[in-house]
Amino acid sequence: MRTMRRSLLLVAALVIGVAAWAAVQQMSVQVRTGQLRATPSYLGKVAAAVAYGDRLTVVGKQGAWYSVKDARGRTGWIHESALTTKRVVLKSGDADVAAGAGGDEIALAGKGFNEQVENEFKARETGADYAWVDRMEAMVVTPEQAVAFLAAGEVAPQGGAR
Amino acid sequence: MNRRNMTLPAVLLLLAVLIAGCASVAKLGTQIGQGSGAITEEQATSINRSAEALEKTFADITPEQEYYIGRAVAATILKTYPAADEPATNAYLNELGQALAMASDRPQTFGGYHFLLLDSDEVNAFAAPGGLVLVTRGLVRCCESEDALAAVLAHEIAHVQAKHGLSAIKKSRLTSALAILSVEAARNLGDEDLKQLTADFEGSIMDVTQTLVNSGYARGLEKEADEAALAILGRVGYDPRALVTMLVKMGELVKPGGSGFGKTHPSPQDRIGALDPSLANKPVVVDPAARRARFTRAVGDV
Repeated sequence: MRTMRRSLLLVAALVIGVAAWAAVQQMSVQVRTGQLRATPSYLGKVAAAVAYGDRLTVVGKQGAWYSVKDARGRTGWIHESALTTKRVVLKSGDADVAAGAGGDEIALAGKGFNEQVENEFKARETGADYAWVDRMEAMVVTPEQAVAFLAAGEVAPQGGAR
Repeated sequence: MNRRNMTLPAVLLLLAVLIAGCASVAKLGTQIGQGSGAITEEQATSINRSAEALEKTFADITPEQEYYIGRAVAATILKTYPAADEPATNAYLNELGQALAMASDRPQTFGGYHFLLLDSDEVNAFAAPGGLVLVTRGLVRCCESEDALAAVLAHEIAHVQAKHGLSAIKKSRLTSALAILSVEAARNLGDEDLKQLTADFEGSIMDVTQTLVNSGYARGLEKEADEAALAILGRVGYDPRALVTMLVKMGELVKPGGSGFGKTHPSPQDRIGALDPSLANKPVVVDPAARRARFTRAVGDV
């Protein structure tokens, strides 16, 4: 009986191990462009950019920031809002999808409410002003510009990790 | 029990556990793990939280889909509230807004945060899902300083951060859309699926727009947005009390039950009353000349 309990514990440990590994070790970028920063802070210097669907290995975590390493070996800190535990599959027919990975583990990029649906919507809602939405999206302020803006206005950010 | 009899139940248990959904595996795992001290409570909470998110349909709206919803909501609102083509003002709104969004709990959305002035005297603002924030001239006129304008934008960013817009989408539409999405399909949908998905999309845009323009959010969500705005202002270094100053001014300009915020938001007096009273004891943040000058230059005669 004691041996049985021990083997049950072993199985449980294995399950936790697998679940924890899957949940923590690998994450995917879920935004168009993710920022890898030198320090775990929104004031940290942006060291590199990662793209939608990129798989990142999680090395550590501090507050809302993950310390990660990408496939090219680049390291940095990235905010949790840019990441998902799901595997983001950019193309249908991908081996992961064919292998039958469920909807809970993968997110098919470009599936669902996408450009195709948007075009249908545009055709029906002829008055919708997408021209200005596109102009809005073209108004881009980089993190460096935002930090410079604060400095010029003598706004003193409360830095550090959160 | 001999060795062989031991192995069978263990293997069966493993199989059963693997067959069960991923979420329940994680939960069972964390319970056992915590009990045996193999993982900390914090780790267990973190694993369970991500597992629970999978069980809700709401969480299945990916940031990419939220992005398309937000674009359509903004495009629809711009039908009624035209954009103000004023590059200097819009550039200023984007610099200020980006500095605030960076410090929010959700600095990264699929397409990022973008801000636009609306050519309307009505006191109003709209935060479309994913970070497209629209602010009327009327609301900017309620702001007498950059700190006050920061409070307005931080409140809108807070709505995006908490996905309040998405929460307005009726469950039935999500269920319908997600049913189509649960089937592994080619990126280019078949005619029937595309038709249904477009109908769900249109309905979702209607739900969100209707809430933003006509019915407004529940009081609790507005309070949540005001509180999150105070947090953002504090982190960035703006005066959190500027939110109160702005609301006082808004109280003078907005008619209760009138259009815009008068219709969709609790009265400014009620919003002030709901804020933490200790706010009044915060140290005064000065408004340096450089900040005042650029504020006047950008929105002085908006």
